[in-house]
Amino acid sequence: MKTKNVMIVGVGGQGSLLASKLLGHLLMEQGYDVKVSEVHGMSQRGGSVVTYVRYGDKVASPVIDKGEADFIVSFEVLEAARWLSYLKADGQIVTSTQQIDPMPVITGAAQYPEDLVNKMLAAGAKVDALDCLALAEQAGSSKAVNLVLMGRLSKYFDFSDEAWQKSIEACVPAKFLELNKKAFELGKNA
Amino acid sequence: MKQLMLGNAAVARGLYEAGCCVVSSYPGTPSTEITEEMAKFNEVYVEWAPNEKVAMESAFGACLAGKRSFCGMKHVGLNVAADPLFTVAYTGVNAGMVIAVADDPGMHSSQNEQDSRHYAIAAKLPMLEPADSAEALAFAKAAYDISEEFDCPVLLKMCTRVAHSQSVVETAPRQELPAKPYEKNIAKYVMMPGNAIRRHPFVEERMARLAEFAETSPLNRVEMGGTEVGIITSSTSYQYVKEVFGDSVSVLKLGMIHPLPQKLIRDFASKVKKLVVVEELDPIVENACRAMGLAVTGKDTLPLLGEFSQNLVAQHLGGEVHTGKTLDDAIPPRPPVMCAGCPHRGLFYTLSKNKCTVLGDIGCYTLGAVAPLAAMDMTLCMGASISAIHGFNKALGAESQGKTVAVIGDSTFMHSGMTGLANIAYNQSNSTVIILDNSITGMTGHQQNPTTGYNIKGDPAGKIDLEALCRAMGFERVRVVDPYDLKACDTAIKEELAVDAPSVIISRRPCALLKYVKHSAPLMVDTDKCKSCKACMKIGCPAISMKNGKAHVDATLCVGCGVCEQLCAFGAFQSTKKEG
Repeated sequence: MKTKNVMIVGVGGQGSLLASKLLGHLLMEQGYDVKVSEVHGMSQRGGSVVTYVRYGDKVASPVIDKGEADFIVSFEVLEAARWLSYLKADGQIVTSTQQIDPMPVITGAAQYPEDLVNKMLAAGAKVDALDCLALAEQAGSSKAVNLVLMGRLSKYFDFSDEAWQKSIEACVPAKFLELNKKAFELGKNA
Repeated sequence: MKQLMLGNAAVARGLYEAGCCVVSSYPGTPSTEITEEMAKFNEVYVEWAPNEKVAMESAFGACLAGKRSFCGMKHVGLNVAADPLFTVAYTGVNAGMVIAVADDPGMHSSQNEQDSRHYAIAAKLPMLEPADSAEALAFAKAAYDISEEFDCPVLLKMCTRVAHSQSVVETAPRQELPAKPYEKNIAKYVMMPGNAIRRHPFVEERMARLAEFAETSPLNRVEMGGTEVGIITSSTSYQYVKEVFGDSVSVLKLGMIHPLPQKLIRDFASKVKKLVVVEELDPIVENACRAMGLAVTGKDTLPLLGEFSQNLVAQHLGGEVHTGKTLDDAIPPRPPVMCAGCPHRGLFYTLSKNKCTVLGDIGCYTLGAVAPLAAMDMTLCMGASISAIHGFNKALGAESQGKTVAVIGDSTFMHSGMTGLANIAYNQSNSTVIILDNSITGMTGHQQNPTTGYNIKGDPAGKIDLEALCRAMGFERVRVVDPYDLKACDTAIKEELAVDAPSVIISRRPCALLKYVKHSAPLMVDTDKCKSCKACMKIGCPAISMKNGKAHVDATLCVGCGVCEQLCAFGAFQSTKKEG
């Protein structure tokens, strides 16, 4: 199988590392060769963060380049737009509709562009946008946005529900398991 | 068992399996997780040392005593540890010693983009360079065998993409080794001129033997794929080459980057029409090929700067370049910022307000340079703030000393701030040093240090008293302020700058991200009281923005530190804490 590419993008501190851990575990269990590339250090302090998940028969590069992503999973709308050029021609964006102002917008040096979801659609991207923050809160914690997004992403894969559940159990601390499973279901069924 | 493992964790696994017994390191992105992962193995003694030089010397002591040892650091850390490195190359080792150095091309989290391979050449030591996690594990083990066979420490070079990407590894059980007996050997281990003169020929002869070893070692391998193009590459560049060209070009994949296998390179070059070197940063392998008289290309088109990628390799070497869609809108950048509730914010606001010249240092607080605070004038390397303020004030005297401060974090102060402080105490400049004590090494992800009272495993440890230390050095003016208290910060800074004596201000409050730190209820804005003056926007708090012309607090980010509340002249900020 040709290598498939999933990018997970967001704002430092939003929980993208758990999402990539979960996806990596799932894909390993399915027998693929997998590479996951993360961001650590300074970029994590509220900056734009990106994680690359690649899987297939044999994966070489640890990173995803422009025009290569089959999926962009985004915790925040501006970040989806920032990484849009990395999406393949027929790639799919799954994004939370949450907006977080970056510091240049907060200080008034820049504007947060309006109506980004529609603009991405107009540019020819397939976009599945939903209010993941509200769903996460419904599940019991605003920190569960990552599992809401993973639930939504699961709709685009052929992996069994059991496989997803198994990976959630392997990656999430037991204390938060039920909450995260609920968040996953809410994302999937929204 | 097959598992997905971070490159740094795979290095740790390899060290563990090879029977490593003692680890001493200083944290630095992208190297930190090697040592953190080692701390999870109960069979290994693991510590954070105050700096990389101390760490390397500590690891050397352990290998001298007969136990396999390790020391890990980022590229700039090796500058600090360069002193022991160059002479450990002469003494050699008793049990094996491995030194990991992690480069950061693209400067994701670094102040420069230096290429650590120069150190292997300069110190005349072997250097291995893995390209994924499986190699990281295997090379860490191989490094110990080379170290003991050739009697030298071995450098294991990582880079951000190998250190911080996960790929599949297979683990094996640990090999327990008996300690090598320690034997006194003055001629080998006491590096005074008479002995060092006799060790240098050994170093040169060892390099020749290592070069022979490199010729046939499985660390280097040839993957033939036709005779048109031959690419010499290593590390993550190898992965990009394979991504673009698959098996359609021939590749000499180097796992041992120093010394180079010259016969193998000549043989490979003779089999292909066009020879190309693909390497990030400096043209080290390329220049070596040129020195061998080979016709080679590489940096004539490939950049000297930043990271490579598959598209970049394709663009320069004639592969398929992928492109994607873009929007017409300008996408505002999202740089890293000080977190909501960061204790550094109040202090930097005060420095900005007082128009201080701020000589900065390395840590989260370097973000004090970012707008709107913009309260930093210089950042160079670990500890430079304190040394530089001394020189700055010696140069300008009265002109600068009443408005110039040095800022340095607690961990950076322990790393290399103390010697600078000694210079101020000794050579008497009227300098004001602010130690930003957030009780942790923050930027690298919360590592303990000698001022926190805990060791790497979180167990109680020795605790250095900053106030007593500064006083013992001869500073009579040492005071502590809470950076959440803007008035106290302002008074302390004004008073210490005004006084005609060197002084230390310790700005003390634990990092807001520490698990034990209790947060107050988030604040909210009474929009009737908010006069839209934007005074609260001057602190660059990511939780505060203007919504519909009024200040707005993001309750999911706010930790209730109250700094914004102190800036509001209209009492518009209120706690969301419920009464009773």
